[in-house]
Amino acid sequence: MAIVSRGFRGRPRAGGDRLPPGQYLVEDFPVLSAGPTPRVPPDRWEFAIDTEDGRTHRWSWQEFKELPQERPAVDIHCVTKWSKLDTHWEGVSLDVLFEDVESAAEYALVHSYGGYTTNLPVEDLLDGKAWIVHSFDGEELSPVHGGPARLLVPHLYFWKSAKWVRGIRLLNEDWPGFWETAGYHEYGDPWREQRYEGD
Amino acid sequence: MGRPPARRASWKAARLTEVRDETPTARTLRLTVPGWPGHLAGQHVDVRLTAEDGYSTQRSYSLAAPADGDVVELTVERVPDGEVSPYLTEIMEVGDEVEIRGPVGGWFVWRPESTAPVLLVAGGSGVVPLMAMLRERRRAGSRVPFRLLYSLGGPDGRYYADELRRPGPGVDVTYLYTRSTPDSWPRPAGRVMLDDLAEGGWPSSFEPDCYVCGPTGFVEAVADLLLALGHAPERIRTERFGPTGG
Amino acid sequence: MTADHLDGNALAGPLAELFAVDVTTATGRCASCGLAGPIATLHVYGPEPGLVGRCPGCEEVVLRIVRGPGSAWLDLRGALSLRVTLPD
Repeated sequence: MAIVSRGFRGRPRAGGDRLPPGQYLVEDFPVLSAGPTPRVPPDRWEFAIDTEDGRTHRWSWQEFKELPQERPAVDIHCVTKWSKLDTHWEGVSLDVLFEDVESAAEYALVHSYGGYTTNLPVEDLLDGKAWIVHSFDGEELSPVHGGPARLLVPHLYFWKSAKWVRGIRLLNEDWPGFWETAGYHEYGDPWREQRYEGD
Repeated sequence: MGRPPARRASWKAARLTEVRDETPTARTLRLTVPGWPGHLAGQHVDVRLTAEDGYSTQRSYSLAAPADGDVVELTVERVPDGEVSPYLTEIMEVGDEVEIRGPVGGWFVWRPESTAPVLLVAGGSGVVPLMAMLRERRRAGSRVPFRLLYSLGGPDGRYYADELRRPGPGVDVTYLYTRSTPDSWPRPAGRVMLDDLAEGGWPSSFEPDCYVCGPTGFVEAVADLLLALGHAPERIRTERFGPTGG
Repeated sequence: MTADHLDGNALAGPLAELFAVDVTTATGRCASCGLAGPIATLHVYGPEPGLVGRCPGCEEVVLRIVRGPGSAWLDLRGALSLRVTLPD
C-alpha cells in the first residue's frame, strides 16, 4: 500500500468524454523516444509497401508530396496517459497509398528509419483511419516528433503512430513490433484501456 | 564482519525533518528513513509521490550527503511546470512523507579507500552527487586531493555556497560561469573549454579518478575534453541527468 | 524539446526491483557488435514508455525494461552476457 504524500496532486487530470479512461490532457507535445533521432534528408527518403507475395510499391519524397493531401484534425492518446485534443496534421491517407496495392494480407508491420517497428491489423490502416503525415500544426514535422514523416493512427495508442516511418510490410501472420514484444498490448485501443499485454 | 544480504530494493517511508534553501529555486531536504541500509557517495534514490486518488509518479535524485544512520539528504531544483519538484521544493513541510527506493547506482561512486586524486566536474544540479563525495571525504578524514570544477549559469545558482567557500585543506573549488559573472571576474562567461579543465583539473599523468555529472550535453562535451587531455576512458565516470524533467 | 539520452545509472532503480545485485556495475556484452562495458555506460532512453539501454558503440538495443502495474518486462536479448561481481 503506497504512502500518500500530503498535499501532492500531480498533473491536473481533468476528465471529459473526449478523454479515454485514465488519460489526462496536455497542452504541450511530449517527446518520448526509444533511441536516437534519425535524420533523413528528403532526397534520401522513401516509403514502401511490401505485399505478402513480394511486390513492392515505392514513393520518393517528391512522389509522396504530389499525392492527394488531407488535413486530418484528430485527438491523440499516448499509453503514458497524456492526450492532446484537436491536433492538426497534413499528409496522405493510407487509402490513397493502398489504391493500387493488391493484397489479401490481414496484418501489417510498420517499420521506421532507426529500427522502430509496430504492428496492427491492415483494416486499422484503411477507411479513413490512418495517414502518413509530414506536417503538424501547419509546419514541417520536426525530427524529434517523427519528421520527415510519421504514421498517424489516432484511434489506437500513439505508440502505433510510428515516427520516421519508412514502410509497411503486409503479412499473413501478426508480427509484434518493438513495444509489443516488451510488454505492451498487441492492439492498443485507448477506449478499452489496452495498455499492456493481457489487458 | 557480516555483509548485509543482497536484496531487491523496495519503497520505504521517508519523513522530512529539515529544510535548507540553497538558492531561490533549490532546497535541500533532510529526511529520516527508518531502516536505511546506508549508501555510498554518488548513489541516488528514486522518490515516489502518491496522491489521494492513487495516482503516483517518481523521479530520481542524487544523495547530497554521505551515509549517516537513518538520515538522507537530497537537493532538489524547482523545475518550472514540473510535477514533482514543485511539491518537494514548495509544498512539502516538515513532518510530511514521501517514499524512497534505494540506494541505487554502484558505478558512479567514490569510496574513501581510494587513493587516486579526484577530479569532480559538475554541470548545474550535477554538483549534488559530487558534493556527497566531498562530504564523504571530510567525514572519513581522507587526505586524497580533490578538485571540483562547478559549471553553472551565474553565482546566484550556486548550491552549497558557504560550504564550498571553505572546502578545507586538499580541496580546490573553481567556478565556471556560463551566463553571468561577478564584477571583475577573471574568466568571461562561457561554457567549459579545454583550458578550464587543464587549469582547474589534474594533469592526466596524475591518473586522477574523474567524475562528471550534469545534463547529457554537458557531460558528453566534458568527457570528450578529458579524453583529449589524455585521461584514460576507464578513469572517467559519468552520470547524465535528464533535462530536469520535473 | 530534445530526445536526449541518459546513461545506465538511470537503470539502477528499476533493475534493483528485479535483481538483488547491482546490475549497473555488471559488464554487458553487446549482441550486435560485441562491445563490452559496464551497464552504467549504456545510452538510456525513456523512462517512458519503457527504458531502452543501447550500446554506446553501435547504438543497438542491449536491454529493455517496461514497468506496468503489477508486472515488469525485461528483455535482455541484446546482451550476449552479463558478468556480475559477487562475493565468494
